[in-house]
Amino acid sequence: MPTGNLSDVIVVGAGVVGAACAYYAAGAGLRVTVVDRGCVAGGTTGAGEGNLLVSDKEPGPELELALCSGRLWAELAGTLPPRIEYEPKGGLVVAPGAAGMSALRDFTARQRTAGVTAEETPAERLRDLEPHLAPGLAGGVHYPQDAQVMPALAAAHLLRAAGGRVRLRLGEEVTGLLAGPDGAMRGVRTRHGEIHAPYVVNAAGTWGGELARLAGVELPVLPRRGFVLVTEPLPRVVRHKVYAADYVADVASGSAALQTSAVVEGTPAGPVLIGASRERVGFDRTLSPRALWRLAAGATALFPVLAAVRAMRAYTGFRPYLPDHLPAIGPDPRVPGLLHACGHEGAGIGLAPATGLIVARCVTGAEPPLDIGPFAPDRFAPSACTAPD
Amino acid sequence: MTTSPSELSDPSDPYDLAVVGAGPAGLAGAVAAAERGLRVVLLEAAAHTGGQYYRHPAPAARAARPEALHHGWPVYADLSRRLAGSGVRHCPGHHVWSVTKDAPDGPWSAHCLTGDDGCDERPVRVRARALLLATGAYERQLPFPGWTLPGVVGAGGAQAMLKSGLVLPGRRIVVAGSGPLLLAVASSLATAGAHVPAVIEAAGYLGYARHPRALVTNPWKAAEALVHGTALLRHRVRMVTRSAVTEVHGTGRVEAVTVARLDRDWRPVQGSGRRIACDVLAVGHGLVPQIELATALGCATRRTADGTAALVLDGLQETSVRGLWAAGETGGAGGVQLALAEGELAGISVAVRVRGKRGEGRRIRELRRRRDRLRAFADAMSAVHAPGPGWQRWLTDDTDVCRCEEVTAARIREAADELGARDVRTVKLLTRAGMGWCQGRMCGTAVACLAARGGTPEPPAERRPFAVPVPLSALTALGEPDDDVPR
Repeated sequence: MPTGNLSDVIVVGAGVVGAACAYYAAGAGLRVTVVDRGCVAGGTTGAGEGNLLVSDKEPGPELELALCSGRLWAELAGTLPPRIEYEPKGGLVVAPGAAGMSALRDFTARQRTAGVTAEETPAERLRDLEPHLAPGLAGGVHYPQDAQVMPALAAAHLLRAAGGRVRLRLGEEVTGLLAGPDGAMRGVRTRHGEIHAPYVVNAAGTWGGELARLAGVELPVLPRRGFVLVTEPLPRVVRHKVYAADYVADVASGSAALQTSAVVEGTPAGPVLIGASRERVGFDRTLSPRALWRLAAGATALFPVLAAVRAMRAYTGFRPYLPDHLPAIGPDPRVPGLLHACGHEGAGIGLAPATGLIVARCVTGAEPPLDIGPFAPDRFAPSACTAPD
Repeated sequence: MTTSPSELSDPSDPYDLAVVGAGPAGLAGAVAAAERGLRVVLLEAAAHTGGQYYRHPAPAARAARPEALHHGWPVYADLSRRLAGSGVRHCPGHHVWSVTKDAPDGPWSAHCLTGDDGCDERPVRVRARALLLATGAYERQLPFPGWTLPGVVGAGGAQAMLKSGLVLPGRRIVVAGSGPLLLAVASSLATAGAHVPAVIEAAGYLGYARHPRALVTNPWKAAEALVHGTALLRHRVRMVTRSAVTEVHGTGRVEAVTVARLDRDWRPVQGSGRRIACDVLAVGHGLVPQIELATALGCATRRTADGTAALVLDGLQETSVRGLWAAGETGGAGGVQLALAEGELAGISVAVRVRGKRGEGRRIRELRRRRDRLRAFADAMSAVHAPGPGWQRWLTDDTDVCRCEEVTAARIREAADELGARDVRTVKLLTRAGMGWCQGRMCGTAVACLAARGGTPEPPAERRPFAVPVPLSALTALGEPDDDVPR
């Protein structure tokens, strides 16, 4: 057996989650092979805005994961080169009317008990934070823990920083998983041959369900399409990540129908990014005029100054979505040696470091940084494997 | 007629055919369909018809003989006359930024910005049962040290300046790059009074000898070359093949170029460089089909022999998406004769589909024969002028490859060699190359070659969801697309 094809862990998927798994596993002294049928950041990572958010999460396991990840991202920002564009710029959630403000107030009260810093900003102070916001908003909440990173560069530099212990095999599609006589993982088969390791990590994102099927287990990952509008480069007109309070309800919704709530943010390179539409239409990349209209209308309602600004391009991504909106992280009890790290929906960039750390700890037999019970990959009973609608 | 479609189009009554682009292919298609009784709308970004090939001065310039720079002017004059008499609704200043379909069996919607340069920004939606894309091509560039200096212009751009404004970009103009356009450009420039010290062609014209059949069956192509060749001889323009401009010199603007001999793979031959003084370099490496409206709808593409992506078309010019036709350079660069034949064929084909026109068999067979013959020549030509991999040798680490975002060759090589990029999209994500105003039209080929790391590059996918930048106010005006035509 050629030693070049032998590692301690194989990570399938070179998106940001796979990169974080490789980074922390290599940091724990393991030899890692990362396999991807495309390039680094070729899937949903390359279509992400790079949100590192706690503001949109209600108290629960995902918020704990986000808080842990936020701390890890701040650490990584000191280690990785500045080109990953980490910006701890904070989020600003605004409420158009009094009813929305009251609901937002209740939501933040619950978040605070879970460790989120949330500072209520009265209507007359909103423009101190965002000078170009539309007049007439009822108020808002500032979340200083929200941050942003350039996702593709973050993934690439996580892999590069992992150093010589990580081997990249790009352009190689995994066509089968290798199991020993006892059913335990032994490696993967690609079109270029076999790669051997006692642990295989499923970081295939939106395609994680397909990989799970190769191992003979069911993981109901579904694509949830999103469009992002990108404007021409502008001087800093949007300072925080700004969105309207109804975004939180859309994120938590399981509906297949199109939902849009404007999420507006500037980038260090100049363009303003406008998200976030959500709809379940399979892997259809066709431009949706209705989604674009809603995004543009929502963004110009928040920032009227953007009406005259040109959109240069739009891009589509497919969020990996599990029925209960929580990712699958950790060992799969049905297949020894198989771990999952996928299904993070629209929060994969933010949740990547904590996910990678959990995976590395599980492989080395150490204690995970938080309770991973809610993320158990086998939590979906066969009946729950069908989509709710 | 040049009234705007929004005044008349009734959403319940779409046009039979919308033609995008009023160059040779679009004109021929619109006229052919309208003369067979179809209701046709012709959407064109420019202020008048003609496209790049029949580009001519604005009436305000009062040019006495706009046909002086055109060999095929009578054909254009004839098409213009028929267009005026055909009832085609001609909409100049309409920039189509996207084409969509609301229902699988419903009509197409062409979303347009209006005004000379799209700056009126009054959005218009034009609906039609069939769509003919005749959006032409844009010029391909390969970067080299100094290519961002003022005085370096596109070869096609230099000719366009001459055709539309009757101005020369400089006095002493070196024409360089690859492709048959260079001869036409040099001959126009010299005829208009510029001194052209040399035409530098990277390919060897002997390459055409490898495609004798394509040559023999297209004798007029040889005649065309003879016309340009004679003009070049008359003006004492030297033709230098298997050579390239590998560097431009000057402080503030072009003062001279270095020309080096190339080996078979386009690697510059050591020590062969010599300087030619000039104040302008007109450079281009063939044409790239402009097909983003089609790729956004999922149309299949093919790789042409010179490494561009072109639309896959059936025998009657229909793309892989039903109801969407294409003609001219969108199916692979091939010149004006091919564009005229394909445009007419597409127009007739739409008439047969939409109106069940009969009795067209003979004309269709004639046009198909002509198209197949011309297409074979275009493919042979494209193989001769395909850039060899060795051109990358003339890049220095600090040569800007993406000039919009100022991304150097070294940064792109780093993304490919060390950061895991293997294609244009990932290089773009990791370096911003191709994210600027031109959306990768200028650097796409070069980035694809560098990302392929010596392998055969995939042609850039020509995917641009917005064919032109769109103000958010125009997107907002889209309204719910199920509603009536937005104003």
